Amino acid sequence: MASEWLSELKAMVGQEYGRVYAWDKVNAPMVRQWCEVMGIDNPLYTDEEYAKKAEFDGLVAPPAMLQAWCLEGLHQNNYPPGSTNENPYGALKLIESKGYPAVVAVNSELSFDRYITMGEKLYYTTRLNEVGDEKTTALGTGFFVTLVMSFFSEKEAGDEKVGELLFRVFKFKPHQQPEKVEATTEVPIIKRPKPGISDDTRFFWDGCEAGELRIQHCPSCDQLQHPPAPVCIHCHALELDYKVATGAGELYSFVVMHYPEVPPFDYPNPIGLIQLDEGVRMPAGLVGVDNRDDLKIGQRVKVEFQTFDDELTLPMFRIVDSNATQGRE
Amino acid sequence: MTSMKTRQFNHVSLGEKLPKMEVPITTTLVTAGAIATRDYFPGHHDKDAAQELGSPHVFMNILTTSALVQRFVENWAGPTARFNDLRIKLGAPNYPGDTMVFSGEISNVDEQKKNIEVTLKGKNSMGNHVTGTVSVELP
Repeated sequence: MASEWLSELKAMVGQEYGRVYAWDKVNAPMVRQWCEVMGIDNPLYTDEEYAKKAEFDGLVAPPAMLQAWCLEGLHQNNYPPGSTNENPYGALKLIESKGYPAVVAVNSELSFDRYITMGEKLYYTTRLNEVGDEKTTALGTGFFVTLVMSFFSEKEAGDEKVGELLFRVFKFKPHQQPEKVEATTEVPIIKRPKPGISDDTRFFWDGCEAGELRIQHCPSCDQLQHPPAPVCIHCHALELDYKVATGAGELYSFVVMHYPEVPPFDYPNPIGLIQLDEGVRMPAGLVGVDNRDDLKIGQRVKVEFQTFDDELTLPMFRIVDSNATQGRE
Repeated sequence: MTSMKTRQFNHVSLGEKLPKMEVPITTTLVTAGAIATRDYFPGHHDKDAAQELGSPHVFMNILTTSALVQRFVENWAGPTARFNDLRIKLGAPNYPGDTMVFSGEISNVDEQKKNIEVTLKGKNSMGNHVTGTVSVELP
């Protein structure tokens, strides 16, 4: 029964698993090579004289390197002598055996009690901290599993805790079980969504390409309208053309998008509703906004065409007047 | 490059933005990063193995991501900063050929402990590879 294995799973929460030792004592060559690869040149890790002038007795290890010391290395599950034989990942194995084959790491939270110096011998112990209820995410259905690894330095006078790693994974059943994994070789790049272009709107997008802000115009009643439509919203005439707007206007309203962050947009993402001087309103992205608090209704804006992904030109608006007053009528 | 200048607690303020940092993702960085962190999972150094897992190429391991997060903050904070914690959430994978751009700002200031918290993200062409916070103590 489903509930039986779930009870078994929940009962595992709180379980502690024994020591896993580091193969090597904390040492300068591994630190130096790590710094070389990561592009880190803080002298605290590689220049002993510098480190001694700081509060340390000698070189220290980079904090983010903490977990690396205790990894088993090339051969899986080949832990140094003295390490536990228990498997801290038992909960994941159990979940997997019930039809949740995929796993993805979600959180890695390192915290440091102190910096580690050369020659220290490290080990960690693991606690199964939390197993969430079954959840469905964009990836699939499964369980968030949280492990906390506590890192210690072995000392004659009593071992000292040096840091902690909270590690959360999502163990899940993908939404679509791929029958066969296709050998993809292209690194995906997410582009801006493209507009749906119809015969009624093509002039607008062609205008963007040409660097013109084209607004639909009715020759019968001489009125403008935006967005483009098949008929004049004022006199219902079917024959329409366009006028080229100056691209100047003012900020009628705006919103700043923060969450969720959808690629490929940059966040915070300010979007304006622009009142063009010609009289129509148009929503568009705002550019050059360093501080969202600087945005004010009524500010003067000017169009600026930007091309994205080498294929899509959009009218964006830049604030050209930062002294507008708020609450204009 | 890590500035040799000392970033003083008194000289930083809430909302201050860190200089952006661009990291070109190369096969060399992904594989060398995995090995430098003793992570021999094949998906990080063997393209064939990565493709069998459904990835187009080798992908960056978490420990390299953490290291780059440290670098981003350390480059700005200088060698006198001391790390309290480094908490990250993982998103879109880092594949060779892409570029990750770090941005961040000071999101909390603790006057008593002289601690600051930086909220940051590392974005590539598929979205955020990493988001998170780092707490450091400044002199």
